[in-house]
Amino acid sequence: MTETTTTPLHAAYDSKIEGNVIFTRVDAAINWMRKNSLWPMPMGLACCAIELMATASSRFDISRFGMEVMRFSPRQSDVLIVSGTVTYKMALAVKRIWDQMPEPKWCVAMGACASSGGMYRSYAVLQGIDRLIPVDVYISGCPPRPEALIEGLMKLQRKIETEESTVAQKQQFFDELPS
Amino acid sequence: MSARADVETLRGKFADAVKETVEFRGEHTLVVALSALHEVLAECRNALNYEMLLDVSSLDHFGEDPRFEVVYEMASLDDKRHLRIRAAVSEDEEAPTASDLWQAADWHEREVYDMMGIRFSGHPNLTRILMWEGYPFYPLRKDFPLAGRPSEMPDVAFTGVAPLEGGPFVTSAGAEDTVRREPRSKAFD
Repeated sequence: MTETTTTPLHAAYDSKIEGNVIFTRVDAAINWMRKNSLWPMPMGLACCAIELMATASSRFDISRFGMEVMRFSPRQSDVLIVSGTVTYKMALAVKRIWDQMPEPKWCVAMGACASSGGMYRSYAVLQGIDRLIPVDVYISGCPPRPEALIEGLMKLQRKIETEESTVAQKQQFFDELPS
Repeated sequence: MSARADVETLRGKFADAVKETVEFRGEHTLVVALSALHEVLAECRNALNYEMLLDVSSLDHFGEDPRFEVVYEMASLDDKRHLRIRAAVSEDEEAPTASDLWQAADWHEREVYDMMGIRFSGHPNLTRILMWEGYPFYPLRKDFPLAGRPSEMPDVAFTGVAPLEGGPFVTSAGAEDTVRREPRSKAFD
């Protein structure tokens, strides 16, 4: 007769845990979580929005990268994808939506119009959304293919990896302490 | 009934107001005096049964007097007759509104006012439709630069000047060869 159940000799030591522990920095862990769960705010203003919709749907499927949770409320999202022509009439509305998004937040200028005004060198069009809000990634194209948008968002992921979020937060915490 | 017969009817009825009639490739145009414009439009709407107003547009003959022209495009509901009516408007004149004849004229006339600055007397709500209330320019006028002019309305909107990099580039239609027809920059004031 062989005994099938054995009790460990040392209760404090579990050999299974040994392989499951990783050492990392808090920044790296937080960035890893953030970059793999981007919640985009789709700011669809022109034909780029059609490509944005194609990107989100099944053929291109950005949920492979954890970016599929499009929220139509700025308060629930952290990536503003400005896709399309920003007219002066719309510009302050885009700014207002950006201001309503909670930190940390990033902005992607999708396509020629959002990046630089594109072919609209005219009285009615803002010559690039970076004149109003800070932009992290510019995507070229008129409109860009969904692959280009995915590439841009992956570039944004690379950028998020390098951020020092807790260091900055700590600095702000110390700055705000009454001395 | 045809558009040609309607032109003759209108010419007979408003003999001293009709300045010119044009027929070009089956399109009929009537040029009338501004003072009779509303009467002519009312006749078209009520007696000649042009039920649809397709468009109201405007022209800027910069440097001439009268400077502007308003253009009304209308059609009968069965789409068999099309008619165009033009009237010259100088800078200090107001055109009579057609929104009492066709509801469609309401927004079209607002657009003309917004883009060209022609005012319409009797219009129920003559406000800007594409640009915002308080924007100081009329962007489709010939003396307004394509690049735009800076303007600022705090909390509403602002505009800047677009970089044209030597443009605007304009084609010369009807030039001898393709090299000369290509878009080139031209000097504008």
